[in-house]
Amino acid sequence: MKIVIAGIGKFGKFLTKELSKENHNITIVDSNQSLVDDIVDQYDVYGCYGNAASYDTQKDAGVADCDIFVACTPSDEANILCCLVAKKLGAKQTIARLRHPEYAKQTQIMQAELGVDLSLNPDMDTAEEIFRILRFPSATKVETFANGRVNLIEIKLEQDSTLTNKTLADIRTKLDVPILVCAVRRGNDVIIPKGNFELLENDYVYITADNRQITKAFKKLKLLKNTLKSAMIVGGGRITYYLADLLVDSGISVKIIEKQKDTCNLLSELLPNALILHGEGTSNKLLLEEGIEDVDSVITLTGLDETNILISSYAKSVGVDKVITKVGREVYEDILTTIGLDSIVSPKEIFANNIIKHARGMENTEGAEFKTLHRLVGNKVEALEFGISNATSYTSIPLKNLKVKPNFLIACIIRANEVIIPSGNDTLEPLDSVVVVTTNTNVKDLSDILE
Amino acid sequence: MNTRLVFKTLGKILQVLSVLMCLPLIISLIYFEIDMLFAFMVPIISSLFFGTLLTSLKPKNNRMYAKEGCAVVGLSWVLMSLFGCLPFVISGMIPNFFDAFFETVSGFTTTGSTIISDIDVLYDGYKGLLFWRSFTHWIGGMGVLVFVLAILPSSEGQNIFLIKAESTGAKVGKLVSKVRVTARILYVIYLVMTIICAVMLAFDPTMSVYDAVVHAAGTAGTGGFGVRGLGVGYYSNYCQIVIAVFMMLFGINFNIFYLLLIGKVKDVLKSEELRWYLIIIIIATVVIGVDIYFDAKLAYDTVGGALKDSYFQVSSIITTTGFATTDFAYWSNFSKTILFVLMFVGGCAGSTAGGLKVQRILILFKSGRRELKKIAHQKSVQNIKLEGKTVEDDVAKGVTSYFAIIMILFVIVTLLISLDGFDFESNVTAVAACINNIGPGLSHLVGPMGSFAEYSGFSKVILSFTMLIGRLEIYPILLLFNPKVWTNK
Repeated sequence: MKIVIAGIGKFGKFLTKELSKENHNITIVDSNQSLVDDIVDQYDVYGCYGNAASYDTQKDAGVADCDIFVACTPSDEANILCCLVAKKLGAKQTIARLRHPEYAKQTQIMQAELGVDLSLNPDMDTAEEIFRILRFPSATKVETFANGRVNLIEIKLEQDSTLTNKTLADIRTKLDVPILVCAVRRGNDVIIPKGNFELLENDYVYITADNRQITKAFKKLKLLKNTLKSAMIVGGGRITYYLADLLVDSGISVKIIEKQKDTCNLLSELLPNALILHGEGTSNKLLLEEGIEDVDSVITLTGLDETNILISSYAKSVGVDKVITKVGREVYEDILTTIGLDSIVSPKEIFANNIIKHARGMENTEGAEFKTLHRLVGNKVEALEFGISNATSYTSIPLKNLKVKPNFLIACIIRANEVIIPSGNDTLEPLDSVVVVTTNTNVKDLSDILE
Repeated sequence: MNTRLVFKTLGKILQVLSVLMCLPLIISLIYFEIDMLFAFMVPIISSLFFGTLLTSLKPKNNRMYAKEGCAVVGLSWVLMSLFGCLPFVISGMIPNFFDAFFETVSGFTTTGSTIISDIDVLYDGYKGLLFWRSFTHWIGGMGVLVFVLAILPSSEGQNIFLIKAESTGAKVGKLVSKVRVTARILYVIYLVMTIICAVMLAFDPTMSVYDAVVHAAGTAGTGGFGVRGLGVGYYSNYCQIVIAVFMMLFGINFNIFYLLLIGKVKDVLKSEELRWYLIIIIIATVVIGVDIYFDAKLAYDTVGGALKDSYFQVSSIITTTGFATTDFAYWSNFSKTILFVLMFVGGCAGSTAGGLKVQRILILFKSGRRELKKIAHQKSVQNIKLEGKTVEDDVAKGVTSYFAIIMILFVIVTLLISLDGFDFESNVTAVAACINNIGPGLSHLVGPMGSFAEYSGFSKVILSFTMLIGRLEIYPILLLFNPKVWTNK
């Protein structure tokens, strides 16, 4: 597919990297020549210089016949203008990064008058992701399918966990809980496990489960930790605002530490129910004074990765249960896990994943409807949700008779309001949604998973 | 340096080379030159063997950076020449190894300097080898790595450095987002234009199909190896004009042809480099045409005849092809000096031509003008613009240092080969012809009707590397001689 990316900042660069892996024809546009040259040297893409909002530059970049146009310059207004021009030139789909919530609310006018088909707010998405993890403290990561009805949860197995040293067959037969282990990360390897696979301590396991039964199941597995009551957020950017809003609404007490006085004032105006503290987040005196040892969770959201990592490690060392770290630059996830930080969120990754999902959905117009895509374990594993619209060659056949390729797993079937954790006798039916987990990162249609 | 990856890529190139060498073998068999079978089979099998051996290497990673790209390009051109000269040596057509190496380098670099003094005696009996000699021009013109990129599946996207190291011009860009597709487009344009050229030549009764193909290959690569002692002068005026026009076309940036193909005619008309390239050709043609018409020694009957010879030679020299319809060693010093200047100008960036390239000349002139202005207004800030876009200072500096290095190498090589004791004009123009990949010099010794045979083996090796330096634009070859690049420190 032909994709034009306007604006090569942190987001644009990461998006270029991820999309070029998917074998698209990509053109990048930026006014900074040396930046463009640098990207063209690194990835197999075409570079264009100039003002991305100008008609001439967009024409040079071939926007007229592109399938997806992504505007991710730093300015919302510029992004809207870029999309408007792109749409007029003939771009099929336009996507803008819009960080002002007011803009995101005006969907109607955005699409009809301003040519923005899809607006993405990575700050909001990041806040939501953090919120999901906080609601489920034993998980290091939570993704949802089928409008939140199915969860995909990453947990780290401790020595005393019920799942440790059990094979998958044991879980099904002996423990009798409605969950499915669909991927395991052990060290740097990722495994799509079979029935005789044994889980070990320190494995990161990915579990799918019905949202309504998950609490019960986790209680049985003794995985459930107490729900959170308090959160300390370091850094007061946009993500902090969105997150604090969500947390306050669900009754969690929030403390925010921010070093800029003006930002503090603004936050206290916007979030009357949160406690805003003016001070340096790296000062352990302040952190201790404000009771970092007693809060349930610490979320580091400053603009500096180093600061975030430092404060998070400190929070871990004083015994905070749940620590979430925002990382903006290339994540060296392995390093961060070795120092004990396992809940990591990256706004640009969330942004890129959203667009990749969109691109895959556009590519797959014939087969099963493409609904959701989550990428896990440093993007080595993908979990995809497809909606089956018609009867096909693979419907109404018991799963045990379907020849599924190795490294593929049907993790979940959603039929009407029912969530089925599949066994060999279940079948796929028209109108079902299916969640597939795989280490193969180029799946476009449901039929791709069959031999 | 990722040495294993470098050698693995070299292995792929050797495999491709062995396949390419099958083509002249087939031509040999068509003309019943059965004794050539052995001469071709030895290099075909050996390069296939070594190539397969090298491709079995397992590099730690597949990341290719600028350094690796340069090393692959530099080494592959030397290796190709070493394997490519074997048929000449084994068959006994050019028994001396240094001569054969010189001839093959001259072929791949699209220079067209030859050490063969009497080609007419070889015409019968060595058709396959003479085709190989011209075919090396065709391969070298667009570049063998570009070819490899176009046909072989690649796993990593970082091969832009290979194209960058092998293509010509101050700044190398892509046509479309994918390197592979870019390489394919370039080769398709190249192949189609070559075929058109060959077909147009084959229409002429004085030209056999074989001669047409050989000359089309030499024209396309802007190489200049012929198969007749009289050069292109052996054929009819029609053939001469067809070749002259096609030489000029192959000296144009291939981006221009791509723009034409996708219908952006306006952008083509706006191209500054193309405009100056054509202006230089027209002025040089007219000035030389007038000069040789009034030269009593040359005895031209008509203005048309003089203009035709002038146009052919100008087109041949500026595109660094080196075909000749007349022995311009006899021309006046004024005309010869114009040709000498054209040698350094060269074709457009991104073409198969050599020389400095019109693009660099334009940047040089504009940098000069800027410096001049700086003297009057010391604080003035002025960007250099080319094709309506600002040329970054890095690029402009790169061009001036490129020019400086070429000049320094030119002086050093001239000094080295002057040890052979030939006259000054021969030495200077021979080196200019090699470093700019033209072919013949301007004196009687090394001119279009002469040859480089008289030079010593030492000079031939020096000139061979000079040709490689000229074709690959200095750095890939110089890099090979820098030991620091090869150690991992």
